Amino acid sequence: MLLPLAQESHAAAAAGGGAMEWLWLVPLLPLLGFVVNGLLSLTSAVTLGPSDPSAAHGAGHGTGHEAAAHSDHPPSGGAHGDDHHPVARHRWAGLVSFVGPAVLLLSFLLSVAIWLQYRASGAHDPFVQRYFTWMLTGTLGIEAALMIDQLSLIMLLVVTGVGTLIHVFSVGYMRDDPGYPRYFAYLNLFVFFMLLLVLGANYPLLFVGWEGVGLCSYLLIGFWFSEKANADAGKKAFIVNRIGDFGFLVAMFLLFANYGSLDFQVLEASVGSQAVLGGALVTTICLFLFLGCTGKSAQIPLYTWLPDAMAGPTPVSALIHAATMVTAGVYLIARSHFLFALAPVASLTVVVIGALTAVFAATIGLKQWDIKKVLAYSTVSQLGYMFVGVGAGAYTAGVFHLVTHAFFKALLFLGSGSVIFAMHRAYHATHSHEDAQDMRNMGGLRKYMPWTWALMWIATLAIAGVPPFAGFFSKDEILASVFMRAQESTLADARWLGIPGDIVLYSCYVLGLAAALMTAIYMTRMMIYTFHGPNRTGETERSHLAEAPWVMTAPLVVLGVASAVGGWLNLPKFLPLGPTETLHHWLEPVNGGSALDITKGSEPALAHSVEYTMVGAAVAIAIFGILFAWRRLRPERLVPKAEARPEEGFERVLANKYYVDELYDRTVVRPTYATSRNLLWRGIDVGLIDGLMVNGSAWVARGAGWLGSALQTGRTGTYAWVLVLGVLAVVGAVTLR
Amino acid sequence: MPQGDLPLFYTFHFYLFGIIAVVSALLFVTRRSPVAAALWLVNTMFCLAALYVLLDAHFIGAIQVLVYAGAIMVVFLFVIMLLNLGHPSEVADQRGLGWKVTAGFVGLALLAEIFTLTRVRIPDRLALPPGTMADEVARGGAIAPLARSLFTEHLLAFELTSILLLTAIVGAVVLARRNSDAG
Amino acid sequence: MLAESLFFSAVLFVIGVVGVLTRRNAIIIFMCVELMLNAVNLAFIAFAQVHGIAGQVFVFFVMTVAAAEAAVGLAIIIALFRHKQTVNLDNINLLKG
Repeated sequence: MLLPLAQESHAAAAAGGGAMEWLWLVPLLPLLGFVVNGLLSLTSAVTLGPSDPSAAHGAGHGTGHEAAAHSDHPPSGGAHGDDHHPVARHRWAGLVSFVGPAVLLLSFLLSVAIWLQYRASGAHDPFVQRYFTWMLTGTLGIEAALMIDQLSLIMLLVVTGVGTLIHVFSVGYMRDDPGYPRYFAYLNLFVFFMLLLVLGANYPLLFVGWEGVGLCSYLLIGFWFSEKANADAGKKAFIVNRIGDFGFLVAMFLLFANYGSLDFQVLEASVGSQAVLGGALVTTICLFLFLGCTGKSAQIPLYTWLPDAMAGPTPVSALIHAATMVTAGVYLIARSHFLFALAPVASLTVVVIGALTAVFAATIGLKQWDIKKVLAYSTVSQLGYMFVGVGAGAYTAGVFHLVTHAFFKALLFLGSGSVIFAMHRAYHATHSHEDAQDMRNMGGLRKYMPWTWALMWIATLAIAGVPPFAGFFSKDEILASVFMRAQESTLADARWLGIPGDIVLYSCYVLGLAAALMTAIYMTRMMIYTFHGPNRTGETERSHLAEAPWVMTAPLVVLGVASAVGGWLNLPKFLPLGPTETLHHWLEPVNGGSALDITKGSEPALAHSVEYTMVGAAVAIAIFGILFAWRRLRPERLVPKAEARPEEGFERVLANKYYVDELYDRTVVRPTYATSRNLLWRGIDVGLIDGLMVNGSAWVARGAGWLGSALQTGRTGTYAWVLVLGVLAVVGAVTLR
Repeated sequence: MPQGDLPLFYTFHFYLFGIIAVVSALLFVTRRSPVAAALWLVNTMFCLAALYVLLDAHFIGAIQVLVYAGAIMVVFLFVIMLLNLGHPSEVADQRGLGWKVTAGFVGLALLAEIFTLTRVRIPDRLALPPGTMADEVARGGAIAPLARSLFTEHLLAFELTSILLLTAIVGAVVLARRNSDAG
Repeated sequence: MLAESLFFSAVLFVIGVVGVLTRRNAIIIFMCVELMLNAVNLAFIAFAQVHGIAGQVFVFFVMTVAAAEAAVGLAIIIALFRHKQTVNLDNINLLKG
């Protein structure tokens, strides 16, 4: 057992033992779940099932870049397996159904206890538990240590809380999958790594979690790997992530080389005292860190893996690609606040890329037909918002949006999971091979799935930013923060690629509004095409459409409540519907210093009239977007996917995601293949190493032997020659000396 | 012969015998007939003996004629006759032109190196005053100085050489014996 | 006279070397070796004028050894001739691998 070597906190440990001492159990419980479920998955399982390619419906796969997201098909209803799909429920599924969610629930309860204790102690300093020294080489000392502070507590609660709900949902969603234990094993492992990421007390430990969640993402995206497209999607996610990881690593190298440590607390002190505002070193470090974030959190230019990641099971998309893993980048920047506060140019870069990504992804989402793809691009867009927040130094706003987004995006994904589950059940009952995820095959589902319909509307209103739902408060907070910092901050004083910072920030504010408008439109579009209008699923299937079982709908309800009231976490000052700025005050000990540095010492504030105007404008835009979509879109004119005609013109560009994947393929992938094949393989490996070095050395040895044998002729004449030549050489050496 | 008495006579004869020795050696190396070559070598040795005398090594000069030219070369000629190699051989005895040219270059290189080495000056403190050898010969005769050194300082080498000669005699007899019974 | 003697000695020595390299007849090669020995003897005698009687003593021994060597070497050549009917060194190649 890991007994802590040392505990540090200051007042927090004064609270004595209690929950915080068991901090190490929080990540260890999911790891235990992984071990148990993993071992169970190694026992024999029924091999047939949806992962069998012949059982998969023949969804077109298109080019290799666009992984078929159509492979996410849960098996049909449990016990009524027919001849083509024998019941594939795993032998140990019952035990796994208990172990998987239970460890998460225990972790969550422990996290709540820790949170309560930490809050009660009123401590302002982080609580650190050191377990052992991981690395001690030369001047580099890295401890295995977990740290609790206000920021990590928030992340902890979100990860374990939303994670528990998704585990419960998965019990229903994946119930007949033959890989059931393996699924929960991977899911538990993912939570373990995510907790390491969030709780790590230094950059290397964070990086271990960072890499680990990338690994689990790969494993889970390619869960049904027998279909090549899914495996490709998994690989794509991992490889694109890796590019970002390179940036993270370089940043860590620079940090260690210049400041001698990688511990958060140590670095905060030394960077604060040594670094220069706007210095080249700090800016470089921040830019490389941000490169890591673009990979993990799917921003431009490394976002292309996220839509393809929809090839994994829907709960995976909910957990990893909505609520937790993709927010790791936001967490990283919030954690590195002391660096970004000193690098206005890097911060501006974060804001710009976040805003651009928000708009860019929103435009693509306008024209996607796969329900999960719409949500995927929506995630990319909302992540852009979060980066705008933390990039502008409004750490509260960014983290707030992270939390609310976790609620309503998880709700949206799980809701779409319920929809897909129902569609699949219907298609399996009629042995149809239509695409269960394409909105053109849906429509009018409100009648059959009222709970899902209602809850997803709550989430849609939340994401669009309609008060009083959670998204309104968080999104408005971000936009207001950007506006305020455009007026007065170190960012406004800086120049980004020659453009004055305030102009950049104002432009990003406008981009944020544009993205909000498009968010409202495409989300309403999604709801309309899925739940409203006439049903396009087909006559025979219609009778099989029904609400998902309660094990799946219950988590939706919890998330729905959270999306509705989550806004009360941080009410703005001008809307005192309850205690205001709770989250802001909570996070102040962590990020407050840097936030103030950015706003040049004073709490930013706007006149209440300006605030009301901005809020009014945002709400108006959201409502306008919803109404615009409601009126303009004609679900009656849709035809099922099989009969739909291909897009044309600009619609085609949007539907094909601006051909970015194709561009990457041309400019990056193919040259890499060509270089690898021609230069590295043929040139260096075969030619140089095999040919020159291996065969060449053999050739040289043979040649030397041949030369040697030429000297040993057995003839006296040769020996006389050699003798004389030797004398010549020796005497020459003596002479020349 | 002490140089001081008749320097020109001395020098002239020194060069005379030297040049004849070199020319004889060249001729020796280039003859096709082994007998002719042997005879030219004998001539070279005669000239060398003369040089030895001019260098105040009278006894060695005499021994050169007696032993080298008179015994060793005779043995050579004897063997040549015994093996009936006197005629110019039908098979080419000398290597081709390319080899000769290369050998010539090698020889020139070696010559150059040796010349460079002989440029070394002997320090005066190591060198005996000129004419020392001539005085010794004048005092004690040609043989006495040599014998004195031979039987005192180099006695061991002398004894060993006698054993060497014994070995050589036995070896020569054994090697050259016609062993009809041993096969 | 030292320099001139050394000059002649060197020339004779090199002539001997060239002879060894150029000829194929074993006996001729042997005689070239004798020439080389003689050249060296000349050098020794020349140095005896400068360094004392030891030079002549050396020549004495060289001659003795040359005699012994000539005897044995010619015996070998005779034995060789008995077997191979030739003294052409290129044909004496039993050691050739």
